[in-house]
Amino acid sequence: MADSALSSQRIHDVPDQLTTADGIPLKRKLAISMRRARWRAFLMTAPLVLFMLVSFVLPIGQMLTRSVHNDSFSKALPNFSVALRDWDQKASADGLPDEALFKLLAEDMAVARKERTIGRAATRINYDHSGTRSLFMGAARKAKNFEAPYKETFLELKPKWSNVEMWAAMKRVASDNTTGFYLAAVDRTYDANNDIVEQDEVRQIYVKLFWRTLYLSGVITVLCFLLAYPVAYLLSVLPLAKSNLLMILVLLPFWTSLLVRTTAWIALLQTEGIVNDVLVWLGIISDDGRVQMIYNQMGTIIAMTHILLPFMVLPLYSVMKTIPPSYMRAARSLGANQFTAFVKVYFPQTIPGIAAGTLLVFILAIGYYITPALVGGQDGQLISNIIAFHMQKSLNWSLAAALGSILLAGVLILYWLYNKLIGIDNLKFG
Amino acid sequence: MALPAHATPVEKVWHYTYLVICTLIFIFLIVPIIIIVPLSFNAEPYFTFTEGMLGFKSDAYSTRWYQDIFKNGMLNPEAPLSWAWFSDAWNNAQWLRATRNSFFIATVSTIVATTLGTLAALGLSRPEMPARSLITGLLISPMIVPLVITATGMFFFYSDVGLAKTYTGVILAHATLGIPFVIITVTATLSSFDTSLIRASASCGATPTTTFFKIIMPLILPGMISGALFAFITSLDEVVVMLFVADVEQRTIPRQMFSGLREQISPTILAVATVLVIISIALLTAVELLRRRSERLRGLSPG
Repeated sequence: MADSALSSQRIHDVPDQLTTADGIPLKRKLAISMRRARWRAFLMTAPLVLFMLVSFVLPIGQMLTRSVHNDSFSKALPNFSVALRDWDQKASADGLPDEALFKLLAEDMAVARKERTIGRAATRINYDHSGTRSLFMGAARKAKNFEAPYKETFLELKPKWSNVEMWAAMKRVASDNTTGFYLAAVDRTYDANNDIVEQDEVRQIYVKLFWRTLYLSGVITVLCFLLAYPVAYLLSVLPLAKSNLLMILVLLPFWTSLLVRTTAWIALLQTEGIVNDVLVWLGIISDDGRVQMIYNQMGTIIAMTHILLPFMVLPLYSVMKTIPPSYMRAARSLGANQFTAFVKVYFPQTIPGIAAGTLLVFILAIGYYITPALVGGQDGQLISNIIAFHMQKSLNWSLAAALGSILLAGVLILYWLYNKLIGIDNLKFG
Repeated sequence: MALPAHATPVEKVWHYTYLVICTLIFIFLIVPIIIIVPLSFNAEPYFTFTEGMLGFKSDAYSTRWYQDIFKNGMLNPEAPLSWAWFSDAWNNAQWLRATRNSFFIATVSTIVATTLGTLAALGLSRPEMPARSLITGLLISPMIVPLVITATGMFFFYSDVGLAKTYTGVILAHATLGIPFVIITVTATLSSFDTSLIRASASCGATPTTTFFKIIMPLILPGMISGALFAFITSLDEVVVMLFVADVEQRTIPRQMFSGLREQISPTILAVATVLVIISIALLTAVELLRRRSERLRGLSPG
């Protein structure tokens, strides 16, 4: 740009284009060297970007596909699944497949039982239509000896084989791609007509859990804010030598292991713990009226507030540090009392810090796992805990993936918001 | 923070109330960490102060839980102190094994994270870096994405490629989690780095490699070391990924504590916790000294 202005000014005494020593126009040479510099910068980040793609993005992406893709049914019963996909339930009079399909089912079941894959198929159909696992396992045990007419043999074995809803579910799971796990994750399911309906009342747990996660994270964020604001203010107005000393009290918890802090809260809060002992000693509660403060929601809230508090103090502090104290003095000398001066002059200037702190704490809180698992009891569990449960105990990996991707989507939206409002470059520690 | 002489009584009351509130919050922050130190010297297998401890009776205190760190899992813990006892402890004591694992995994993953992270931060802080915010966003995301999701993804992926339940898998996972901290601290140091120094060095005839080791590196070293310490403590404290990806063989200290807290709560955990608190105090001191040194080097504060 600069050289084009230059050339238009001195258009008379220079040739058409400025060239470098090797005869290339200056503009092109600049573009080339800029491109080279861009490449050089990019290539420096390339090893890490590649590493992150392989070790982080790819695994998460692969996990997310599990939430919509589950082939355990069609893998165990391949021929039957292919045929079932083409079957039109509405066209059949009784809503049941014909003899040929039942024959395929019997044959596939016999093979699957021999190869020990029938359990997976039975579990898969059980997710969509509960109570069918034993039906499947029972039929598979005898499938080897089934003879024509197959349909009648099945129906005679267990009348449940004529359940139209179960067959609708079976047709759904025969195709590998499904939205069923997302529906399950928001307490919905398909009915016999393939319409989306709410789960039975007693099976509705996930939406409630999502709300509870949001609610608890909100409570923790508010508590962190209320505790962090005065402390951050004190740190920002004290002389450096004193504030550095007090800062250690904030930073030490930040550097201390999560497990150590959780252990400490167990020691403090349990019914035979120190807080209860002190309360009994002070005569506030009687010895048999000890308060249950841990292994419930209260335990989760107290421990997580303590753990996340430094993440609120640090951004608030770094913003408050930049506010000149003369502003408050000016407000006071113009006639505002301390309260008005704080509300009208000081507080608005700390809003960037509040936004940074609350967003960070909220983002970290909704994905928390360890602390709720150790001190949360029954009603202090968060959504992460149920994801871990489906991963490790119930082994319903597709549902875990569906719940996880909903959580991930929420976190990424907040992360995007954080980046828009504050910018990740401004994230600092200590 | 001193109160002016003309403060009204209401202001005085509010001022002291405010100081009391702040003190209480500081107590809330620090007491849980301090309290486990005396508790770990309990002579009884309880998580609370006994009457004897409150009366400062010497027989109510003991170091038995610290001894237990060495003895738990040993084949013959009561053998006389000898070379055989040490080798038994080194090879069989559960906590020592966990400590060895923790430090090995943390050290290697820190080296990986710091090397790759510093290089990337150097690239990111160049003005001509394309798609900077997107790439920074990607590199910081392991800190933001819930650990359960990361761990779940890694569990499936590592199982497929045969890295599950191996040291390599755990180290790669921990390096991934440590990288955001390296990126953040090194970019922060580089933001105040005077790039004309690089040109000056080049015009004096230094090759890019010489410039890096003689000019850039000494100046960003404090940031690099703080980043490395952050990555180190992240790995040392990590348990979710360990739960999903690791096996008994790779058990680390926090993993051992997690199962200890879930299964049989023993004050040995408090003794280990005390040791960990001492480690974090050491690391915090190191980072704080580095920060001051770096500020002095860059002329940001009088020191």
